[in-house]
Amino acid sequence: MSGMELPSRQEVEELLYKEAALLDEWRLDEWLELLTEEAIYEVPPTDVPEGDSRNTLFIIADDAVRIRSRVKQLLGKAAWSENPRSRTRRMIANVRVLGSDGENILVTANFAVYRMRYESVDTYIGRYDYKLAREGSILKIRERRAILDNEALRPHGKISFIL
Amino acid sequence: MDNPTESFIIDDQDAGLFRVNRKAFTEPECLENERRRVFDKCWIYVGHESEVPHAGDYRSRSVAGRPMILVRGDDSVVRVLLNTCTHRGSLVCRQKSGNARTFQCPYHAWTYNSRGQLVGVPGEDSYSDAFKRDEMGLVAPPQVDNYRGFIFACFDRAADSLYDYLAGAREYLDLVVDQSELGMKIVAGQQSYSARANWKLLVENSYDGYHGLPTHQRYFSFLSDIGVDMKGVSIATPSHQKAVDLGNGHAVVEYQSAWGRPIAHWVAPFGEHRREHFEQLRRRFDDRFGPERARRICETSRNLGIFPNLVINDIMAITVRTFFPVSPDYMEVNAWALAPADESAEDSALRLDNFLTFLGPGGFATPDDVEMLESCQRGFANREVGWSDISRGMKREHPSITDELQMRAFWRRWNQLMTEPQLRRARKAA
Repeated sequence: MSGMELPSRQEVEELLYKEAALLDEWRLDEWLELLTEEAIYEVPPTDVPEGDSRNTLFIIADDAVRIRSRVKQLLGKAAWSENPRSRTRRMIANVRVLGSDGENILVTANFAVYRMRYESVDTYIGRYDYKLAREGSILKIRERRAILDNEALRPHGKISFIL
Repeated sequence: MDNPTESFIIDDQDAGLFRVNRKAFTEPECLENERRRVFDKCWIYVGHESEVPHAGDYRSRSVAGRPMILVRGDDSVVRVLLNTCTHRGSLVCRQKSGNARTFQCPYHAWTYNSRGQLVGVPGEDSYSDAFKRDEMGLVAPPQVDNYRGFIFACFDRAADSLYDYLAGAREYLDLVVDQSELGMKIVAGQQSYSARANWKLLVENSYDGYHGLPTHQRYFSFLSDIGVDMKGVSIATPSHQKAVDLGNGHAVVEYQSAWGRPIAHWVAPFGEHRREHFEQLRRRFDDRFGPERARRICETSRNLGIFPNLVINDIMAITVRTFFPVSPDYMEVNAWALAPADESAEDSALRLDNFLTFLGPGGFATPDDVEMLESCQRGFANREVGWSDISRGMKREHPSITDELQMRAFWRRWNQLMTEPQLRRARKAA
């Protein structure tokens, strides 16, 4: 590992739990503040979970422009798949600070995200891989990748909220 | 159930009215009939030859409700095999993809080679002389054929050839495949999703120009936000767009679009540094095809529906999408990205990026389409409202892409298959 100072698991957990709460409460503008300026958000396809979005068709591969646009759309009225909005509840567990790649702090965590809409409950199960960075003393998200264990988005049909 | 049923459509060409009975979306008996009269009679898309590039490469997938194997044999021939041991039924291929010289059934270890021939039966001396190993290979659908890389199977031995079946759709497939001199390929990564809706709602939706602005206004706002010039193209201009009935239930809409296309249609968000490269690409098309066809390949988008359940939308990227009913109100959808086999890594990355702006279960458009289909399906519970209206543009000489000619082409063919007395005739012949 490089000389980068790693955060404690507790500090990382605070960040991830706060993120989960902001997303579940649809406080998406505040969620954006947890991200760095050039942040990336990706969801790989279920058949190539460890793929690279430059050569593999992902489900989501947002750069910072698209993340902000996604939030703007979701907070507006015309994102029909989230109007009316889903209820979501995220369980974040098995948080591990893996080390650093010299520029980023590498963190992984398991997730179970429940989405409730029109009296159906869909469960998204998987693992987050995070790349975190410090801006001053504040720990921020530079990259978040939600890797689904679900073999297909069935019967979910879509990822219309921020997973 | 084998008897001809009452028509599901009202097709009043004099008055200009077209209606579809909503029982087509809701009745379990209708789905039973569809399985036999549509999916067992038509050419059904299985996969693309680029998915199995090398000898022994295989993909196992469900097609029209059947587990199948798409495999390139050790003789380099691409085959479609039904994934069931001819002994007592187990799947012989239980991986989604890979490379294999043989498929061995895990139950009693019957072994098939990559051509589907049965090459190993433990304790074969226990069988009588009547047991012929060479008759016990994996079974193939009665007809399998390939049109420019797209592989289809048909369960009707008597059906027309794939070439004839595709009819006018060939012209539009050619406009897609001609985008590369080395052929097209399916990009890694399958979008596997679903909708709690009847499969025919996705047929309608996939080439429905009328829903574009209301359903997808968030996408067009996004385009505008990132600097795409939205004024340059008006899809309302007849010279720039058309809807065509391609025969046999196939249909297409073709139009000039605001979005950039990774094939030689540059827009500002692609970056100034790519402009010259796109102009070069475009000149290459001019040289290969002349300016008119080059313009069509590069600048026009097309949403192509191949009856019954294959969609090839060549829009801001190319998606190949196929879907199957599980129940009247639930379908499974598989979608891929199609790209020139010789595309550079940088161009390919741009293409995939452009794809995800609109398409797929996490895009800025597809989730809202799924939402609308599911919303329709829920609305159908009001059985008192028995018919959907698909009359738009029916009296117009040149229907626009925001009319509903494309859906009427589908429904007429679908209704014909669902109501003609073909099964009775087949039984008499037997």
